Amino acid sequence: MADVAIERGGGHGAEHPETTTGLSHTKLAMWIFLASECMLFGALITTYVLYRGRSIEPPYPADIFDIPYTSVSSFVLLASSLTMVLALSAAQQRDEGRMRLWLLTTALLGMTFVGGQVYEFTAFYHEGLKLSTNLFGTTFYVLTGFHGVHVTVGVLMLLSLVGMSSARRLPDDPSFPIEMVGLYWHFVDIVWIVIFTVVYLIPTPSPGGPGGP
Amino acid sequence: MATVTTARREGILRRPTATTGFWSWFTTIDHKKIGILYGATALVFFIVGGLEALLIRSQLAQPNGTLLNADQYNQIFTMHGVTMVFLFVMPMSAAFFNYFIPLMIGARDVAFPRLNAYSYWVFLLGGMFIYTSFFLGGAPNCGWFCYAPNSIFDPTVGPTFYALGLIITGIASTAGAINLAVTVINMRAPGMSLFRVPVFVWMGLVVQLLLAFSLPIITVALFELLFDREFGTHFFDPTAGGDPVLWQHLFWLFGHPEVYILILPAFGIITEILPVFSRKPLFGYQFVVFSGIAIGFIGFGVWAHHMFAVGLGPIANTAFGISTAIIAIPTGVKIFNWMATLYGGDLRFTSAMLFAIGTVTMFVIGGLSGVTHAIVPSDYQQTDTYYIVAHFHYVIFGGAVFGLFGGMYYWWPKVFGRLLSELLGKLHFWLMLIGFNLTFGPMHILGLQGMIRRTYTYPESLGLTFWNEVSTVGAFLIALSILVFLVNVVVTHAKGRPKAIDVADPWDARTLEWMTTSPPPIHNFDEIPTVHALDEFWHRKYVEDERTGRLVPAQAGAANGHEEDAHGGGHGIHLPSPSYWPLVASLGMPLLAYGVLYSWWLVGLGFVVALVGFYGWALEPSVAPEDG
Amino acid sequence: MALEERVEPVAAPPSAGAHGAGHPSPKEYVRIGVVLFVLTALEITASYTHVSGSVLIPTLFVLAIVKFALVVLWFMHLKFDDRRFARFFVMGLAGASILYLIVLITFKVFL
Repeated sequence: MADVAIERGGGHGAEHPETTTGLSHTKLAMWIFLASECMLFGALITTYVLYRGRSIEPPYPADIFDIPYTSVSSFVLLASSLTMVLALSAAQQRDEGRMRLWLLTTALLGMTFVGGQVYEFTAFYHEGLKLSTNLFGTTFYVLTGFHGVHVTVGVLMLLSLVGMSSARRLPDDPSFPIEMVGLYWHFVDIVWIVIFTVVYLIPTPSPGGPGGP
Repeated sequence: MATVTTARREGILRRPTATTGFWSWFTTIDHKKIGILYGATALVFFIVGGLEALLIRSQLAQPNGTLLNADQYNQIFTMHGVTMVFLFVMPMSAAFFNYFIPLMIGARDVAFPRLNAYSYWVFLLGGMFIYTSFFLGGAPNCGWFCYAPNSIFDPTVGPTFYALGLIITGIASTAGAINLAVTVINMRAPGMSLFRVPVFVWMGLVVQLLLAFSLPIITVALFELLFDREFGTHFFDPTAGGDPVLWQHLFWLFGHPEVYILILPAFGIITEILPVFSRKPLFGYQFVVFSGIAIGFIGFGVWAHHMFAVGLGPIANTAFGISTAIIAIPTGVKIFNWMATLYGGDLRFTSAMLFAIGTVTMFVIGGLSGVTHAIVPSDYQQTDTYYIVAHFHYVIFGGAVFGLFGGMYYWWPKVFGRLLSELLGKLHFWLMLIGFNLTFGPMHILGLQGMIRRTYTYPESLGLTFWNEVSTVGAFLIALSILVFLVNVVVTHAKGRPKAIDVADPWDARTLEWMTTSPPPIHNFDEIPTVHALDEFWHRKYVEDERTGRLVPAQAGAANGHEEDAHGGGHGIHLPSPSYWPLVASLGMPLLAYGVLYSWWLVGLGFVVALVGFYGWALEPSVAPEDG
Repeated sequence: MALEERVEPVAAPPSAGAHGAGHPSPKEYVRIGVVLFVLTALEITASYTHVSGSVLIPTLFVLAIVKFALVVLWFMHLKFDDRRFARFFVMGLAGASILYLIVLITFKVFL
């Protein structure tokens, strides 16, 4: 019986080494990592919820949010999860051309999302909402900012996969690294599902008057 | 003897191949070398933290002390806590987990060897980063728990170093946690089910999961603290409607699992030591394992017992008081099982055994005071006094640190191929035991007499002088005992090397790491053993005589392997090569941190360095295995 | 916690590459994508109505949870993969939900 040959470097072991549970090291690690990220985003969301409606000064969410705009952003990110899973499908069928196409599309959708957020933040800033303005600014920018950074890292990974595939640096069956990056990407999407609901859709009463869009 | 090759390929920047020599320590991805790096670094920080403790005790020996002013005292006591918790106990535990988990489960390394190296370098750089604060405007001065709003309004740079430094070390620990958890779950030798795994490994698994789930919480808290200080946010700023109590919740949501992270490794270590030196199997293995899991789980449900005096209200206080009382139960289970292991055993009181027994007894004392804190009205009297300081030093020092030293005496021969002097070891133990109790025992009294914590001095009229003097004497005794330990190390390594056969299994132990040479070869085992039982090695050495029921040595060949142990025997063993990319990637961290303090250009540079490091890592020349 | 089902030397084939029955086709993925879109549209519409918070908020939560579950179970393949991945993820998710709920209750945000 061959030894456990620990894989290293770019090719994430197309032949998975034998493991005690039969599960891949990397996939197990990724799920434990995602579980720990639940704790991370949970803390940020909790902070936001705690301070909802407690800002002493304006602007308040009702003054500033552009729900239609952010809705488009949400659709974009959701769509990117679909294209991600189509990229994986293509990879599983060893169609690297189609895989790269869907990966690029996913990356582009991700960049659109981040770009949209940058534009949104700029708009809010000009309407008077800074990090330091009030609790809303504090919690909003930090929560969505952390999420945006996660999306950006995801985009980098997607583009790297495209590059590696073009340079023939992926194994013959490229589905494994695509699957791993996909898990991360979908996670970032489901965090947004929660953020969109908690931050944007659930109305925050402004002090001194009824809230909501 | 199996042929071992470390793979490489020609390239412009060649992946290193050397596994020996000075530079190999910078490129190593071998869990054993990384374990030694963690251990040596942790020991250095232990001495630094100890010197800080001596400064504290010197200042407090007399009323109106003038050795340290209030500001200096705040920095020293804060750094003492930060150092001992984050830069000594945790990395020393990591040293043992890194070195011994793969060996004890019959693996050749951890699941992600380069990530392992990355974790170490990030830890080292994070620790060094925090210490540069002394020279760059002032060390953290907010206490190891750095409560808001004091932490956000403090005009010195200290709390910013605190936030950045612990974010960095937290990343190191999180990566390490995922690595070791996957290792335990996924890399066990054939036949080694989870219930045939040594308790030390089980505790390792629980600790890694505790780390993975608790570190993100404090990471968020630290970012929120950092942003409040550097970017004008209001997370804990009461003037804008923020609530400083949020910091306390987030900190202790991490902080309480953290104390189990501190003690469970030591519990694991002594659970290995006690059976070996009682020549008896551990009593109630399954109970010890399940109680460890229970402690980890319930440990997430008690955090607000650090906040009884904050004003959460009677319902919250009651709920957390109850959960805190409940968590004493699984700990008690462990203690009874350890006692039952000793009972009727053929006891050998080696240094390791003394430290293990010391751990149990000292921890019980600390646990008893802990139980008194669980009673909320009683805690109102004790909180923020030296009674609490006594409690946590009894459990952390008396529990974790004694256990870690036990591990050092126990496993020194395996790691270094030499046995530490038993005479000096016993001297170390007794000096430390006496010094420790002299230092912290009186603090129970001082606390109940009203001496508050975190105070740089006290007036004569409070009548606290005598026990403070006693405590200071004790502290210097502890320092003396550590000196004895260091002398022991030097003297041991100055001597000639013992014969290999004398150090392979000097204690007549039970677990797999003792099956290989001391130190182990780079590939750990020539042949990965197949495991048929708990304490597999013991069962290969001894069988029960059918007539008398007593243990007799097994047949000569049995200890060296069964028929089916042909794992890798005739084949070449391929190990991953060393790599410098983890070190390169880790350098991004301090750059990022200094950048936040001084210049956005540095932040940019830090990102670039980290990215280059990660890409280099991912794209490292792949290995063409050499035939052999 | 039973983390494995076998003890013999040879491990089962890895699950990452082996996709057996129950693996959705691209068409099914697109269908799920459409459902996600529709649910999102419903959420947004609901947020514009003037129903009281005690109706709106549970509705939004339910919709969000359904979307969350769809992505996790199908797109992330947890429905078809080895149970042990799900166990770890649920540990994090459930742990976070419970702990942070307690924190918010302590701050009297709820109850």
